[in-house]
Amino acid sequence: MTTLPPCGTKKLGLVIDLDTCVGCHACVVSCKGWNTENYGAPLSDADPYGANPLGTFLNRVHSYEVQPESAPTQLIHFPKSCLHCDDAPCVTVCPTGASYKRVEDGIVLVNEDACIGCGLCAWACPYGAREMDAAAGVMKKCTLCVDRIYNENLPEIDRVPACVRTCPSGARHFGDLGDPTSAVSQLVADRGGFDLMPELGTKPVNKYLPPRLKDTLAKAPPKAMPTVNVDAGGFLGWLDRALDSLPGKGE
Amino acid sequence: MTAPFLDTSPPVSDEIRKTTCYMCACRCGIDVHLKDGKVAYIEGNRDHPVNKGVLCAKGSAGIMQVNAPSRLRAPLKRVGPRGSGQFEEISWDEALQTAVDWLAPLRATAPEKLAFFTGRDQSQSFTSLWAQSYGTPNYAAHGGFCSVNMAAAGIYSVGGSFWEFGQPDWDHTKFFMLFGVAEDHDSNPIKMGIGRLKERGARIVGVNPIRTGYNAVADDWVEITPGTDGLFILAMVHELLRAGQIDLEYLARFTNAPVLVNADPASAEFGLFLRNDAGKPLVIDSASGTPMAFDSPGILPDLTGTLTRDGITHRAVMHQIATRYLTKEYAPDTVADRVGISAERIRGMAAELARVAFDEAIEIPQPWTDFRGTHHASMTGRPVSFHAMRGISAHSNGFQTCRALHLLQMLLGAIERPGGMRFKPPYPKPFDAHPKPHCQVTPGKPLDGPHLGYVTGPADLALRPDGTPARIDKAFSWEAPMSAHGLMHMVISNAHAGDPYKIDTLMLYMANMAWNSSMNTRGVIEMLTDTDESGNYVIPRIIYSDAYSSEMVAYADLILPDTTYLERHDCISLLDRPICEADAAADAIRWPVIEPDRDVRGFQSVLVDLGARLGLPGFVTEDGGAKYTDYADYIVNHERRPGVGPLAGFRGEDGCGQGRGAPNPDQLNRYIENGSFWMAHVPAEAAYFKPWNTAYQDWAVKIGLYDKPLPYLFNLYSEPMRRFQAAAEGHGDRQPPEHLRERLKQAMDPLPIWYPPFEDGAVDTDAFPLHALTQRPMAMYHSWGSQNAWLRQIHGHNPLYLPKNIWDDHGFSEGDWAQLSSAHGAITVPVALNAALNPHTVWTWNAIGKRRGAWALDKDAPEATKGFLLNHLIHELLPPKGDGLRWANSDPITGQAAWFDLRVAIKKVPAPDAAQPQFDTLASPVGQGPQLLEQGKKS
Repeated sequence: MTTLPPCGTKKLGLVIDLDTCVGCHACVVSCKGWNTENYGAPLSDADPYGANPLGTFLNRVHSYEVQPESAPTQLIHFPKSCLHCDDAPCVTVCPTGASYKRVEDGIVLVNEDACIGCGLCAWACPYGAREMDAAAGVMKKCTLCVDRIYNENLPEIDRVPACVRTCPSGARHFGDLGDPTSAVSQLVADRGGFDLMPELGTKPVNKYLPPRLKDTLAKAPPKAMPTVNVDAGGFLGWLDRALDSLPGKGE
Repeated sequence: MTAPFLDTSPPVSDEIRKTTCYMCACRCGIDVHLKDGKVAYIEGNRDHPVNKGVLCAKGSAGIMQVNAPSRLRAPLKRVGPRGSGQFEEISWDEALQTAVDWLAPLRATAPEKLAFFTGRDQSQSFTSLWAQSYGTPNYAAHGGFCSVNMAAAGIYSVGGSFWEFGQPDWDHTKFFMLFGVAEDHDSNPIKMGIGRLKERGARIVGVNPIRTGYNAVADDWVEITPGTDGLFILAMVHELLRAGQIDLEYLARFTNAPVLVNADPASAEFGLFLRNDAGKPLVIDSASGTPMAFDSPGILPDLTGTLTRDGITHRAVMHQIATRYLTKEYAPDTVADRVGISAERIRGMAAELARVAFDEAIEIPQPWTDFRGTHHASMTGRPVSFHAMRGISAHSNGFQTCRALHLLQMLLGAIERPGGMRFKPPYPKPFDAHPKPHCQVTPGKPLDGPHLGYVTGPADLALRPDGTPARIDKAFSWEAPMSAHGLMHMVISNAHAGDPYKIDTLMLYMANMAWNSSMNTRGVIEMLTDTDESGNYVIPRIIYSDAYSSEMVAYADLILPDTTYLERHDCISLLDRPICEADAAADAIRWPVIEPDRDVRGFQSVLVDLGARLGLPGFVTEDGGAKYTDYADYIVNHERRPGVGPLAGFRGEDGCGQGRGAPNPDQLNRYIENGSFWMAHVPAEAAYFKPWNTAYQDWAVKIGLYDKPLPYLFNLYSEPMRRFQAAAEGHGDRQPPEHLRERLKQAMDPLPIWYPPFEDGAVDTDAFPLHALTQRPMAMYHSWGSQNAWLRQIHGHNPLYLPKNIWDDHGFSEGDWAQLSSAHGAITVPVALNAALNPHTVWTWNAIGKRRGAWALDKDAPEATKGFLLNHLIHELLPPKGDGLRWANSDPITGQAAWFDLRVAIKKVPAPDAAQPQFDTLASPVGQGPQLLEQGKKS
């Protein structure tokens, strides 16, 4: 058993906009690219050119169809990575203390030197956000790019997680969700951001923004436009009259 | 336990080299991080005009493309039969000598017997120059099987189109309607634009039978029936006219709505514009009521003008617009069933478009002056915008559908105005400022001019003296008069048939014609391997250049291995397919950020070498030596016109020339220092109304886009089309063959029309009730991504997606398989449910399916066992009509391959061992990939 640290005030995390995510997987691959080169062991790919390629990814995009009552089916793209829970069951379950939550910013990490690859944390995580690397035998998870966000070798503007930096539609936001005045907290407040599976009591730091209401034009089509007055001279008659009121006419 | 020590500032890389992505045709700027001289990480370049720092899944996976085991290693000579995959590695000297031995005699006797077609080539201004110098008329790139309808309809209608030609005004638009966009075209800019619209709360409407990707995040989804977009658009045109919700001033000032057209059916000039002695179309000046040249200073043309001259009545185009589209034929009630959208919704959509365009009009306080000298105090805009791609263009009615979309935009006054669609330099450009096609062959000499261009009438067709097509693909013939990009999908079929003539050597670049880039894949494979009575191949010689072990490699006799995109020089040129933004002219380069570790050469450098060896004009000096050492040398020193070359930036001896200037030997270094791109901003007073804005026109001349101002009117009415239609009616010397007359009379309507896709008329639609489509996923580009170890874990196979009604009707459940059949063939494939789908449509991802043995994949890779191509169901010809003629499955105007006309039937079948059809396993010239990847492992 590993204990969670006292809850700090700084809670770094992601806000993911499900209204804007087009499901392009840019975040998935840029995460893979950064993290296979950096924190800990590489994210290996077994059988990469074979019948059953199986690689480690810290972030994946799932797509779900949603069937509203009496409206067309919708498709929601749902990127998922570690939510850096305040009450992280993956940490408390760890027998070696390898899984830990940082006091200073709330990021949940795995100390690979102490990880014995038992897999208990992946079993405990209700979100399926951890993956065991088959080649390294250690547990891999989103680090919130802890080696980017404070990295003095990067320009300040780039000190954000790789997934946030690359997201083409701007659906991913990074910041301090412990600070109610931060841009991400404001976004959550404005857009009705929500916790994933709050009933589990994990208190995830990451938040999702819900899709906007869809298909309003189909549900209640705007009224048909009135026909122009064609009593005199038909459409061309109307056109002549309309043209007379143009600026520049007869100048 | 205390937290372990963690270095939060580790070194990122040894060096960043900035170049241009090539994981698709979007061409984003990338920062390539190197460690120990090897590529370690790729991210977007924040300064770059295209992607501004972001990067898609493909771009971020570039490292797996550069390290792919499928990379070809050395030139190859075929040693087994074609299609066996049996090759022998040879030296470059032998490879180049072989090519010269084949090509030199052809050039001296019959240059047309070389057919040189390039696929997803980004150097067409160079490859076309090479082909022109060689002297063959048979050159084109892949546009004919991609999106020529979109490009050509845009050029002919408004002088530009979408993607490389233009973009929505992302900053101001309030209503954005997206038609039929594959998820990978203009990949990152569209995603970035959608993000910005979402931030501002603008409405996004997706018109697409499939609700994935961009359509999934659209506020409203119009689940249109494939092939009916034109009807939907024209019904909205009907509504806007009926309600008088059109921009009259815009139409009068900037379009040919007021231009006078000969309205006398008995006249030989019927349907043509009335012109003055200088050839300028005439309009009636609303102030004086007299006819004047369209560009006369200060006039406001009259939209309803009529003029009788020499007993012949001429009426403004607007008369025809009103007459045509106010008829019941285009009323929402008439079209609703066919389109699959209720009349109430069509009327509502038109009303919403009009409301936003006119009630929410915007104004930018920027004065400007138009080409008639009229001063405008501000820039007013209609904040509605559109974007469309292959979904509407890859139909046999695609050209007219694209024209219809531009008609809609013009009536709303929404092009080149704040909030609407904006052109990107070098567009706008009138169609008649483009070259015309050239096809005059002289043995031993260059062709008489550029191959491709924009015809203005029958006189410009590429025909031989006997009236038969001059080109192997029959581009610019009566079968496809406005085929501005050629018809690559017909080359192998026509060469095999010897129709219109036989060729000797087929040279292809980056085009997987033996697999996903051909219709009727099995048939094409048979054509490539077919022999004549003497046992010789019907297509005698095939030269192919590719970087990877694609399916096409196996069918070539000589392989010239290309580099990957990080190992080469390229220019993304204003002469070609540029990367400009609406507010800036821009171009870019690639340079070898790493050196190849194999015996491969950039294909363009190989062409430079071959050009010198063959003594091609432009590739040799006066004393016969090589003019350029390689492609980089060409990029810097070639001049298309004096002072204008492939790259616009850093020209002149001091490197300060923008657009114009003498070649600068240090130019590539200047690009590299600048992040591998160059950009010149459009001045604020030139930002909108570009085709008519004197400030823009002058700026375009200054930076070398034009040599003189080229203001023009948008073409609601297409006079070139009318010239072809008139010929079909019997006017003029150059006459179409009898069997094409009726089709040309209908298709060449100078005003946008809709007609059913040809396949609907050629097959029994009761027997084949469904439409079948493909889409490209955002995370994979064509076949190139197939060997990418990371991307294939996202899209490793491609089920056939079925709507709920078909799923239920046939009793499908998860894991089931279906046989999908068309008039041409049948395939057996895995299915999956996709409820967010038009009820008469099935679809799958394009080009995921692979042939066993290709791409260095295991023979049991899911791409081969479960992946499949719809191509097997699509023929390059329509089913025979019993007239003995070969009717192309293409748009009759441009020849664009009608991929999306496909009609199919489905039935549930037991699961086979693997998707059907299967082909023999290809022998891999590169072996297979490793069993494990640990990218970034510290040694």
